[in-house]
Amino acid sequence: MSERASVLEVKHLSAHFETEQGIVRAVDDVSFSVKEGETVCVVGESGCGKSVTAMSVMGLVQTDVKGDLFFKGKNLAELSRGDLRRVRGNDLAMIFQEPMSSLNPVLTIGEQIMEPLLVHHPYSKKQARHKAIELIELVGIGRAEQIFKSYPHQLSGGMLQRIMIAIALSCDPDMLIADEPTTALDVTIQAQVLDLLRTLQEERNMSMLLITHDLGVVAEVADFVVVMYAGKVIETGTVHDIFASPKHPYTKGLLYAKPVLGNRTKKLYTIPGQVPNLVDLTPSCYFHERCEHAMDICREKMPTLKLEDRQHVACWLYEKEVKG
Amino acid sequence: MENIPQIPRQMEPKVEVEGSKSSLWGQVWRRFIKRKMAVVGFLFLTMIFVFSFIGPFFSPYTTMGTNPINAHQPPSSAHWLGTDHLGRDVLTRLMLAGRISLTVGLGAMVLSVSIGGILGILAGYYRGIVDQIVMRIADVLMTLPGLPLLFIMAAIMSEWRVPAEHRMYIVMIMLSLIGWPGLARLIRSQVLSLREREFMLATDALGLRDRRKLLNHLLPNVVPILIVTATLSVGGAILSESVLSYFGLGVVPPTASWGNMINAANSLIDFTNRPWLWIPPGVAIFVTVICINLLGDGLRDAIDPNMKGR
Repeated sequence: MSERASVLEVKHLSAHFETEQGIVRAVDDVSFSVKEGETVCVVGESGCGKSVTAMSVMGLVQTDVKGDLFFKGKNLAELSRGDLRRVRGNDLAMIFQEPMSSLNPVLTIGEQIMEPLLVHHPYSKKQARHKAIELIELVGIGRAEQIFKSYPHQLSGGMLQRIMIAIALSCDPDMLIADEPTTALDVTIQAQVLDLLRTLQEERNMSMLLITHDLGVVAEVADFVVVMYAGKVIETGTVHDIFASPKHPYTKGLLYAKPVLGNRTKKLYTIPGQVPNLVDLTPSCYFHERCEHAMDICREKMPTLKLEDRQHVACWLYEKEVKG
Repeated sequence: MENIPQIPRQMEPKVEVEGSKSSLWGQVWRRFIKRKMAVVGFLFLTMIFVFSFIGPFFSPYTTMGTNPINAHQPPSSAHWLGTDHLGRDVLTRLMLAGRISLTVGLGAMVLSVSIGGILGILAGYYRGIVDQIVMRIADVLMTLPGLPLLFIMAAIMSEWRVPAEHRMYIVMIMLSLIGWPGLARLIRSQVLSLREREFMLATDALGLRDRRKLLNHLLPNVVPILIVTATLSVGGAILSESVLSYFGLGVVPPTASWGNMINAANSLIDFTNRPWLWIPPGVAIFVTVICINLLGDGLRDAIDPNMKGR
């Protein structure tokens, strides 16, 4: 797997927001890479900086973003406005969480699918229309001609998410960023949309960065998993390793908290407590308040990502000096 | 490709895509024709337009056709609404005045909607310095009382001896100058909230140019409110023009406008003895403005931005 070239490389990405209470470190020193044709899942609870990570990669965050983003070898931060515009939507596409509000309510579906084609390619209106109808069929919606002419409010959430996928795929991107693409959908539609994404990805050898809090989704589609907690990456590894032998107590907790169908326990396991307030955190393992293995050092020093077996983990439990 | 899951037929949602029924404007139209008062207003307004713009072609008289021997005739079969002090047919003048008044009203509306719409969208989208400049100019214009400002501008226009036939265009510009700030504010506030919506974020992610974002994405979203405000503003513009012309500061004779025709009521003798001189233009203004307001209200209800699915 390692011989494949990486399409997206995120190095020491930080996105801090200044608020009245102080600086919120929504994303703090996050690094990972997505290889060609690979699906990387970013997992974590609500408010741990997953979406901000995705938005930062697209350059959609209204704050200073530090760190380097290399897309196909080019540093996105160094691109001019025009070049960045040519990359976004064309080589690097994004699907948003809320299909209902991510489409312009007063434009027809067709107009919105045609738009990136007309902007990024020298398509004529007629060719774009033809391609748009193909795309609608590609994402598994029949009656494409009719859908082409309808408005977003006339379609269901699942169909709209398919349309979003069609728009994102219109220019054959090398990489797709999907920010919780299935969260707003019900379970059966979720499965359809995931299947669709996976099939299309395999067909086009497209890389995918999938943001989700749903471990079921991760197990379904991911090759590589990045677990985030309070703006930091705490564990990374292949999907197999993460599910087979989670290292970080938080990852263990996440996996344990997942309900298993047909296996009803009195009460679902929850990780006690909440994600800490991201304002003015002191150097410590941010998870220590909720961790059953918390030691003194966890309250004083921040662990760094270290290779442990086959995955990287940021936890004092696996530091030799502490153990010994 | 065949393993891509298709949505089963029965799960396909409530799409009733059938021609104009599905389009937003089709829906607006269906809701609009349910509002009886608005439709009545619309029909009357159409009649007034036909009366003003096509009527004069069927009239045997011309506005310049002075005939002092015929002066001050009461309504008769030859002159349905009588004649004025120069023997001109009042009905014909009423129609021609309608042309002027409606043109001034529409022209002022088009100008102020263009200025206010463009500036409002730019201010709302770019915020910062653009917003500051546009909105401070708007604030200044809004602090000045409208009517005295119009009087002063009209006085300057008289001082510069603007020819009578050009005065209606100047009046249009004057009216739009004081009309645009309100509109710009309204549009700006709409755009301020629209630009934070997710679909605008999505346009960013698609790599669209600003021009495309503004024209293809923001503009269609403010068009409904633009139409409603524009319609209602025509009534206001017609009233302002009438006031100015009544005082002899707007459109001046020999060009007829409803406002300067009412001016006849200024003379006591005309007021008491020759009501055919001033009642018809008064009624014309009254009916036109009421119809415009009914139409505007109907449109507002029909294009309610809180309607379902938007």
